[in-house]
Parts: sequence; C-alpha cells; structure tokens
Amino acid sequence: MAISLKLNGQDQTVEAEPGTPLLWVIRDELKMTGTKFGCGVASCGACTVHLNGEPVRSCQTYIEDVEGAEITTIEAMSENEIGAAVQQAWIEMDVVQCGYCQSGQIMSAVGLLAENPKPSPQEIDDYMWGNACRCATYQRIRAGIQRAAEILEA
Amino acid sequence: MTINTSRRGFLKSAAAAGAVLVIGVRPDGALAASGSPAMLNPFVQIGSDGSVTAIVKHFEMGQGPSTGLATLIAEEMGLSMDQIGYDFAPSDPQVYNNTLFGPMQGTGGSTAMANSFTQYRQAGAAAREMLLQAAAQSWGTEASALTLQDGVISGAGNSAPLGEFVAAAARLDAPADPPLKDPSEFRLIGKTDVRRLDGEAKGNGTAMFAMDIVRPNQMIAMIARPEQQRATAVSVDASGATDITGFIDAQILPNAAGVAVFAETTWAAMQARNAISVEWDTSNAETRSSSDIEAEIRTALDAEPTYNVNEADVEAVRAAVDGADTVIEETFYFPLLAHAPMEPLNCTIEETAEGVILLHDGCQFPTIPHGAIAEFFGIPFENVQINTVLAGGSFGRRATPQADYQMEAAMAFSLTDRSRPVHLVWSREDDLRSGQYRPAMGHKVRVGLDASGTIVGWEHRIAGQSILKGTPFEAMLVQNGIDFASVEGTFDSPYQIPTASFGLTDTPKATSTLWWRAVGHTHTAYVMEVMMDMAAKAAGIDPVEFRLAYLTGDGADQTRKAGVLRLAAEKANWGNAPEGRSQGIAVHKSFNSYVAEVVEISGTPEDGIRIEKITCAVDCGIPVNPEIIKSQMEGGIGYGIGHNMRDQITLTGGVVDQFNFPDYEPLRISDIGAIEVHIVPSAEAPTGVGEPGTPPAAPALANAIAAASDLRVASLPMDDNGVFFV
Repeated sequence: MAISLKLNGQDQTVEAEPGTPLLWVIRDELKMTGTKFGCGVASCGACTVHLNGEPVRSCQTYIEDVEGAEITTIEAMSENEIGAAVQQAWIEMDVVQCGYCQSGQIMSAVGLLAENPKPSPQEIDDYMWGNACRCATYQRIRAGIQRAAEILEA
Repeated sequence: MTINTSRRGFLKSAAAAGAVLVIGVRPDGALAASGSPAMLNPFVQIGSDGSVTAIVKHFEMGQGPSTGLATLIAEEMGLSMDQIGYDFAPSDPQVYNNTLFGPMQGTGGSTAMANSFTQYRQAGAAAREMLLQAAAQSWGTEASALTLQDGVISGAGNSAPLGEFVAAAARLDAPADPPLKDPSEFRLIGKTDVRRLDGEAKGNGTAMFAMDIVRPNQMIAMIARPEQQRATAVSVDASGATDITGFIDAQILPNAAGVAVFAETTWAAMQARNAISVEWDTSNAETRSSSDIEAEIRTALDAEPTYNVNEADVEAVRAAVDGADTVIEETFYFPLLAHAPMEPLNCTIEETAEGVILLHDGCQFPTIPHGAIAEFFGIPFENVQINTVLAGGSFGRRATPQADYQMEAAMAFSLTDRSRPVHLVWSREDDLRSGQYRPAMGHKVRVGLDASGTIVGWEHRIAGQSILKGTPFEAMLVQNGIDFASVEGTFDSPYQIPTASFGLTDTPKATSTLWWRAVGHTHTAYVMEVMMDMAAKAAGIDPVEFRLAYLTGDGADQTRKAGVLRLAAEKANWGNAPEGRSQGIAVHKSFNSYVAEVVEISGTPEDGIRIEKITCAVDCGIPVNPEIIKSQMEGGIGYGIGHNMRDQITLTGGVVDQFNFPDYEPLRISDIGAIEVHIVPSAEAPTGVGEPGTPPAAPALANAIAAASDLRVASLPMDDNGVFFV
C-alpha cells in the first residue's frame, strides 16, 4: 500500500505492506540509516524518532498508523534548535562511545528538553530510562542534557 | 588464480588528487615511506593538499583508538586535532598486526594503545622529519633550523604549508629512528581538551556502522536457528513464506547449523524466518540445563583440582589454613553472560568484478575471518579484503575464534550465485541466544587468619568452562593445560600472600565460551576482593588498611595497586559515608592497569538498594586522552555492575531461556548514580583502559551491600540473592 507522510519536512509517499514497522521503512526503503535497530521490541530506544514532535519507538510504530503524520529523524536534528544544542553538548561532553544508541538518545533528549527546558537529574533519569546504552554513557548523557539546557538558555 | 588488487582500496582519502606521502612499517618493523599508497600499507597518509589521515589498525567499538592513534600522529607532527582525520586500516596481518599478538591484526586485551603508542608516534615523527628535510632542501637551509607546527613549516625566513613539500618528501628515505617528542613538549597527549574525533558523526546519524552498509542490489540474509544448542537442520519447508513480499529463498547452511533466509529487506527476512518451518535433528544437540552446569561446577570445586596453577605445596597451604585461628570459607558461582552489544551482529559480503571476496564488518580480529573466508572459498588469502567500519559495541563478541557470524555470511553467500551482495543481519534474539557466552565459573576459597588478623593461608579452587581450549589461541594462552583466561587475576595478583594455592578444574562446555569484557577478571576480581573484604571484617581491620598490608615494599605492582587504592579511598572520603549510606571498595590489576573503586549505596537489600555514587582511581601509565580514559572507566563500571545486578543466561534442556532485552535487562540510566574518575599521573608506558574498569565494580558493590546488611552475595546475579535494587 502507498502511505503518505512528511519526513523531515519533506512530503514522501512510500510503498509498504501494512504491519511494516516505521523503522524498516526508514532504513530499508528510504535508506536513511541514522535511526538504529537494537531490539525490535521497544526495549532499547535505539530506533527513537519523533512522531508529530513526540519521541516514539519506530520499531513498534506501524506504517499504516502514521499516514499523514510528521516524522522527524536524527538526520534533521541539526535544523532543530533543541536538536542542534543537544548535538553540540554531546560533542562538548564527549558523550558517545560506540555511538550506536546515540541517535535514539538524542531524539529522546530533544523530546525531554522540549517539554522540560531545565530537567533535574532525577527528571532526566525518569525520562531517559527507556534508552539503553550498553557502553553505559549515562553519566555523560545526564551532563549532556544539562549542558544543552544551558546552551538553550543562553 | 592470484589476482593483484590494490591493497589500499578502502582508504577513502587515497583518492585525493595530487602527491601523497605515506609512512608505515615494513613487516620487519622498520619504518618505511613511499609516494604511492599501493606500495605500502601506512600508518599515516599526507596529501599535497595538506590533509593528514591516521590509518587506524584497531577497530573502533567506542573505546577510542581512532581518536587515540590519530592523537599520536598529530602530536608528533605538531598538528591540532582539527587538522587530522582517520580511516580504518585494511586487513593486513603483516603490517597492521597487534604487536602483542604476533602476526595477527586484532583488538583485544586492552592493548590498542599499549602496542601502538611508540609505533604511531614514530610514524608521525618520521613524517615530520621528512617534511622538514624536504623543506630544508627546497629553501637551501638545514632541517634543524625549521619547525612544523599547525600544518606550517617555518624557519630561516621562510614559511609554507606542509602540503607543498609532500611530493619532495615522498622521494626521501624514511629515517630509521626519528626523535620523539619529550613528554614536556606534549600539546595533545594527556590534555583534557582533546575531543573525540567520532563524536560529531555519532551524534548526527552519519556514522557508518556495519548495519548501515547498503551495497547496490544487496540481499538481506537472516538465519533460522534451532531452539536447542547444536541441533542441525534436516529439511526446510518455505511454503509459508512465499506470500511475503520480498522473500527470495530459504536454504540450509552448508554446515547445517541453520537455515539462511534471503529477502529483499530486513523486515521481509524477519517475517519469512518466522514463516518457514524447519525440521531439526536434535540427536547430538545440547540437552543440559544451567542447573546441570552449575552442579558440575560445584561438584568439581569439592574435588582436588586437576591443575596446580601456581605449583603450590597444596598440603602445606591446607595445613596452614586448617591450623589458623579463624577460617573464612566461601563458594562462588558466576553464570553465563551474553555480551549484547548495542548493534546486533551483522556484516556484508560480496564478490567484486576482480573476483575478490569483500567483507564489510566492524571486525575485532580481522585476521580470523579473513583466513576463514579464504579457506572456505578456497581462494588465496590476498583475494579476501575486509572493509572495517564502526562497530556498535562488542565487549569481545565480535572476536570469536571461529569467526562465527562472518562465516554464516560466507556460507549464506555460497548458497547464492554470488551476483548480489549479502548482508547478514542478526536480531537481538539471535544475539542473546547464540551460545557465545562468558563461561559459567565457580570458585571455592578458604582463608586462614592468625590471632592478629594476618592471612596465614589461602586455598583457592577454580572450576569452570575454558574459553581458549580448542581455539587457535590455545597454543599461545594455554600452558600445561591451564587456560590463563580461567585463572588470570588470582595466582598473579600483586597481593603478597606467601602461603597460597590456586587450583583449576575444567568442566564440560554446554555452550561456546567467549571472552567477555575483562575475561577471567570478571570473576577472579570478584572472588579476590570479596574474600579480602570478608577477611578484613573477620580480622576487625579497615578494608583499605587490610589490603595495604599485602601491598608493601617498593615493587611497581604493589606500589601502583596501593596507589589507586589510597587515591580512591581518599577521593571517596572512605570511612566517612554520609548518614544512611554504606561504602564498599575493591581494587584489581588487569591488562597491566590498576583500578580501585568505591561504591556508595543507600538502603538495604530488603527495602531496596540505590547506587548513589562511585569513585574510581585508575593508573594506566601515561594518560593519552584523559576524557576517553574516564569514559572507559565509567562504561566499564556500568558493564560490570549492570550484569552482576540482574543478568544471566540460563538454559532449560539445552534451550536458552532469554529472548530479548526484557529478559536480559540492560543497565539503565536510573540504575546508577554519579561516577567520579581520578587518573594517577604517570610516566610509565600506556596500558589498557577498555576492560580494567569492569573487574572491581561488582565486588565493590557486593562489599557495600555487605557493609549495609551482612549479606554476602556469592552466587551471581545479585538479585537472585534477595537483593532488590531501586
């Protein structure tokens, strides 16, 4: 079936069977590889994208449910004020290690800062809980979010 | 047929127009230079456009060698970090070998910096000397009158960018022994303002992991696997998958270990794999359960060990323990653990127009799949090439002695007409259920104390599943039947305990065993440090003071281990925990680095324990990049604590019980408080940081729990012992 959606601000029509996870449409059909496959069961957060501005797990979001929706991926984050601040903070704080989960971490961090411009460490933990990092960069993710909040406040 | 191929086909920077200067080593280790990248696999490549590229022989799983090795080149060439890039080296076991492994290219044992530190500095220094020499000839002056700084050569009234002298320098011979900078001149090494070179790409989605490789016209392959370990495929019925859009074919792998399911997309492959039916032969399959494995290990611990690891007078040690005023005894059990790197295993294999088999892989030990693929296809070694790309974690998993997932790709590819690249993709379920695990291990220790609380005897038995026996590493790392990976961190501990015996018994393997971040130290550090804590408590002596009594004299091993122990204790305000908090400490040497950690917790096992703060001190020789060292300690601590809190792989009747992350719950951000890392200043040669942070973490947590509650966790994971974490 043909599905229309707005991906990173561009109108797109994709051909996909109903039941296809958005993750695989993004990766396999559109060949945009910044969004990652980690578990397929919404347990790790590596596949996080924004659906109408809200972070969702794209591996458990089905293509037929996003008809007409606005999808934003990591590839568009540098054009987003919060996204650019988070990316800058991530570099300043040397957050990444292997980096495979970090697209998802950043997508969630942007979601957090959009609704809470100055989160406490506890609020960061509560919001970011679902984004696993096997390298355990968590301390720097906390620091990166707080640094991004500072950048945005300045 | 041998086909001559460009050995440097993968170095993207090699395509730059104009002259280049490449510097590396010959197989005999001597420095060499050339103006043609086809003539020499280099460590550094310099273009006449001024571009400088470090060719990184180690793979990047997040531990930082791309930044680290580029820093060494940049330091010697006087560059700033924004003037250097990096590229991963092709597979070449002669030139890009890990000098600590022999003729093998590989990353492991926390050796990337240790074996590259001098080599890459020499390459950078040779580049500097040759460029200065070329400039001196051009300007009619002496090289000693010139300097290279920030990409510009200047002196004797002249100044020009280094790129102008690349062509001339490429005609010079490499110096045999170029002078290296004195540490007092370092502008990058040891400085805290050097950011990771891979930080930006990993934050904006452009970093290319193996999973992101999309070759033109590629197919996806997934493997249908048996439930029971080591069952084999007899027949496959793919009729259930024929209606799935994008499904191509399903065929039994040549070794019958599984069925390759080919499809146009990953999603189609996943659906088709579920839709086919496979008949399995389970006659030789594993049938044991993890409870059987544990029973085998516990039984072995009750018998005299097979191997006397330190050639001790066991009777004398036993008599000393038996005659002691106080005897402390504990039996420990460590379950199977999966590595679970964030990026599920995958790689892409294709045949080029020249007949070369090309593997795209985030490859930890390139030489192993390189040789295995050549042998499988019956082609010369040089007709296999490996394009190393970023790995989304590994922790040892991408370094199997059997090249397991790369060989699955090769076998799947062999089932096709080879006209289309095949991207083999594992799911998380494949990863957790693959049977490659940190082995299950047990320890039984008896420690005797005299009336003053001094250790008078230490009888230590280890039993478990060997990692290295039956692998190509056996010849190197198994001596007199003793697998070093089973015992490292015990008999060779810097603790000075004269009356000690260490014995080892191998138990049968129910799954494959594999090194897992810090290998044997994952269990030996736990046992050593929990026993020391128990002994200190029995002796009524502060755990830090107690340990220091066995780290006396001026031997480097003792001094450095005592140094990190004292530093961690001081920085953690040891012994003065705030109201409601408890502290535990552990210190361990692994991979020639020394790490001490203090874990501070609140709560009790019954009401819930919260890990509030961790203080770490590390001595890893010259700290090349302090932030990466700190990151590796933070990550190593998280890896050690997360698994030991609540993770294990279990089997029921030969079938792995865990499927995906909910059953093998990763450490979460909310599980762990702040980590503070302190680096001991050092002029010693750099040693590893990827693994040494892991071993002390779990015993320090266990000792904190014991301080809070008197509960000694001796069988892992902790939450199997009624410990509840909040």
